[in-house]
Parts: sequence; C-alpha cells; structure tokens
Amino acid sequence: MSTSSPAVTVLRTEARLFGREPAALFWVMLSPTVLLVILGLIPSFREASDDLGGRRVIDVYVPVSVLFALIMAGLQAMPPVLSAYRERGILRRMSTTPVRPGTLLTAQLTLHGTSALLSSLLVITVGRLGFGVALPVNLVGYALALLLAVACTLSLGAAVCAVSRTQKIAAAVGGAVFFPSMFTAGVWVPVQSMPDTLQRIVEFSPFGAASEALDATASGGWPGWFSLGVMALWTVALIGASVRWFRWE
Amino acid sequence: MTAIEVRGLHKSYDGRKVVDGVSFEVGEGEIFGILGPNGAGKTTTVECVEGLRIPDGGSVRVCGYDPATQRDELTRVLGVQLQESELQAKLTVREALDLYASFYERPADRKEIAERLGLTPHLRARFAQLSGGQKQRLFIALALLGSPRVVVLDELTTGLDPRARREVWSLVESLRDAGVTVLLVTHFMEEAQRLCDRIAVLDRGRISALDTPGGLIGRTSAAKEISFDAGAPLDPEALRALPGAVSVATADGRTVVAGTEETVAAFVSLLAREGVMAGQLRVTDATLDDAYLDLTGTDR
Repeated sequence: MSTSSPAVTVLRTEARLFGREPAALFWVMLSPTVLLVILGLIPSFREASDDLGGRRVIDVYVPVSVLFALIMAGLQAMPPVLSAYRERGILRRMSTTPVRPGTLLTAQLTLHGTSALLSSLLVITVGRLGFGVALPVNLVGYALALLLAVACTLSLGAAVCAVSRTQKIAAAVGGAVFFPSMFTAGVWVPVQSMPDTLQRIVEFSPFGAASEALDATASGGWPGWFSLGVMALWTVALIGASVRWFRWE
Repeated sequence: MTAIEVRGLHKSYDGRKVVDGVSFEVGEGEIFGILGPNGAGKTTTVECVEGLRIPDGGSVRVCGYDPATQRDELTRVLGVQLQESELQAKLTVREALDLYASFYERPADRKEIAERLGLTPHLRARFAQLSGGQKQRLFIALALLGSPRVVVLDELTTGLDPRARREVWSLVESLRDAGVTVLLVTHFMEEAQRLCDRIAVLDRGRISALDTPGGLIGRTSAAKEISFDAGAPLDPEALRALPGAVSVATADGRTVVAGTEETVAAFVSLLAREGVMAGQLRVTDATLDDAYLDLTGTDR
C-alpha cells in the first residue's frame, strides 16, 4: 500500500495506462526512429547534397524526426486522451475528491512531454550510431530549443482539446492541425530545402520556428531570437487559449 | 447536529427552472432519500450539495461548509457516487482503489471495502471489462474510500441484480450505524422504504412531501386496500358509501375497495350487519409506491 503524494500516484497510474496502449507507444516512441531508419537505408540520402549546402539528407532528417516525435506525442496521442477523460466524466468524478482534476491534466502533459523527449533521444542516438549524424554541437542551445518546442507542441495539443467539445471533434481538429504541422516541421520537404519565400512563411509557424532553432544549434550556433520568440509567443498564446476555452465537463 | 442543510435552493438552465425553492435538513447519521420522477431536479439538487454546480439562489451547507466556496474542506468530508461517470478504460480495480485512496489523508481500509463490496475477485480486472453491477460497486467503494462523514449516492442500485442490491442496502445501513450521513437519490420505492429515515418527494423542482416512509404512506388517500371474492352479495353502492372509500373496482374475480383505516372498520361492521361472508378477505397496507404515485401525480 503506497503512501506517496496524490500527484505522484496520478502520474504513476497514468504512465502505467500509457504503457497499455501499444499503438500510441509505437507512434510516439518508435515511429520517428523508424522514419529515420527507412530514409537512412536509401543510399543517395547518405551522400552529401549541394542543395543542402553540402549536408546529407539524413543529417537534415534527424531534427525533422525529432519534431515528428513531438507532433505524435502532443498532437496525435494526447488530445484524444484528454477529451475522453472529460467526456467520460473522469475529470468530474475527480473534482469531488480533495485532488483537483488539473492534477490529471498535468500528469498527462508531463507524460507526453517526457515520452516526446525520450523518443527524440532515441532518434538522435540512432542517427549518430547508425548513420554517423553528428550530435548537436551546442548542447545547451539545442536543449533550450527542444524544450521550448515540446512546450509549444503540448500547448497546441491542449488548445485542440480545449476548443473541442467531444472526443470525435478533438480527433477531427487534431487531424486538421496535424497535416500543416507535419508540413511546417519539414517531414515531407525539409524546411531548409523549401523555396525562400515559403521558408520565410513557414518560419512563423511553431514547427517551422522549431526546425530553424534545432538546425541552427545542431551545427554549433545559437538558436536565433526570432525562432525562439516565435515558439514562445505561440506557447503563451496557445496556453492562454486553452485556459480560456477549456471546459471541465 | 445537522449534516446537510439546503435552504431555498434555486437552479435554472437556460431560463428553465429545474430546482425551484428546495429546502431540507439532514441530521447526522440519517439516511435521507430524494425521490421523484425523471427531470424532477433530484440530480441537480445533489450536484449543488456536491459542489459540482453553483446554485442560482439559496444556500447549501455540508457539515457547515459551503460547497460552492469551500471545496477543500467539503471534499475531505464528502464521499460521492455520481449517476453517470466512468474511469480510465484500462485502469484495474486495484489501481482505481489505490489511486483514489491516495487522494485522502486518512483513507479507509481498501481491502475491507473491496471485500464488503465483493470486488476482491475482480481486483485485477480492468474497468472496461467490468459488468454494470461491478462498476457500480466500484463507484460505491470509491465513495467510501475517504472515510467520509457524508455520502451522496445517486441511483445507488441501478444495474445491480436483486442479491447485490440487498447486499448494498445492508452496507448502507451499516454506514448509518457507524454515524455516517447518507443522501440517497433513487426512484426505487422498495429501496427508499427499506433504507430511508426520511424522504423528500421532489416534483417539478419542488418538494411535494417530506416525511418518514410510514408518514408518506399514511398520507395517501388510499392507505388501506380491502379485497375479497367478487361473489359476496354486497351492493357496490353500499361499498362506495363507506366512509373514506376512494374507489371500488372488480377485476379477475375479486372486488377491491381502497380507502382508509376508517373504511376497514366500517366494512367489517357492514359485513356483520348484513350477515355476509366475504371469501378470501384480505386487508393490505398501501406501499410507498401508492403514496409516491399519489404525491407526484404521475398516474394522472
């Protein structure tokens, strides 16, 4: 019989439940690495390309796969869980106990944030060991950019849940946000290979900015104030929207 | 001491009055029932007690706390079983009990509660695999985990089979014996009659009667029912003229006279006077069912 604090018990319980969802586990924890490995198996992607300023496609796809992991955790996996908890009265039941239902939401955010980071770590490790992709040179800058990107993704997922009354609507809204997110993260065409004008536009999106910041730090620089600012603004705005529109029941 | 005090409670949804001036008091250790047809405002009333809804008017106190503003104090003394709620589909019974026990400073003994509610064989089962009755028993267990002073049970035995229902009833009675106050929402007459010390009958957002089960039954215009074989040579007009008689009807070879204590007495003297035998004579008390129909006018 445990005597740990409610927040810890809630987090541990939610982590266990997360472990019972094999599909979510695959998409969040493994699919980004699978994507990287598949691309890495194509020989021409392992050769330096002039279009990418002498870098290889696989080098560019490490940060892309990292962002893919964030999108999977924050936008695909989390919103349906949160809206189901609301729709099925789980939050309501909890609000009649001394523990606030916000504890459950916090646990979910922590859980999906952590799994996104772990999945990113796996991508970076496999990129390094499997395909010789250099580790980020500016580790502090990279960590800063990554953490801000995670915060931005989770707040986007929370906002999706806040504006959706039901689980079905959350899935639809999540899907509508999913494709632009994948595009701006550079999953189909890396941001660095996009035409200039398009690149300028994409940089204003959360994942376009994240892509810029990760790319800058991977090659040793600091993330630009512009991309950090864009992510921070999105995060603040999306948190504001979530708080404003979220309904407990 | 008063455990629950509701004064002049009002609540409207979109301008439609759902609770319209409801007042009642529940003493410590009392089992208080709220009866009424669907849409009478029963659930809204208890949701105001649980702090899930903020009243438009009137006041609510639970152990002296205002549910609308003193959530922290309220949740420590109140256990709640909601009419419709679920848990995480893949959460096991044991995990649910552990989780909810962690919410309270001094939780009750989980093993004992699980045992009393027949959940011990299902501790490893996931919520989604449980039958309706098992889910219901789990929710009752969760309501009791915090060793509450007041328990609100909304549609307590819905989905339970007769045996499980009786077991839950004796559990509720043992709660009262332990000094716990119970607010019970039901539309099962048998349940209300068996468990409740007092009952408030809610009809269209107002309390139409508040009394002990016996008191409610006594109030009905037809508290007694006399029935006998229809062959008895008695003039229906004479029966109808009996004092207190409400109705006289013959069906399936039996004549039924509904009325009061006075009707019974007068009927017996009528038999004696006429020297008539009434075969298979039976006098029965009205049930809470009859009283309820009378009070809520749902049969009209």
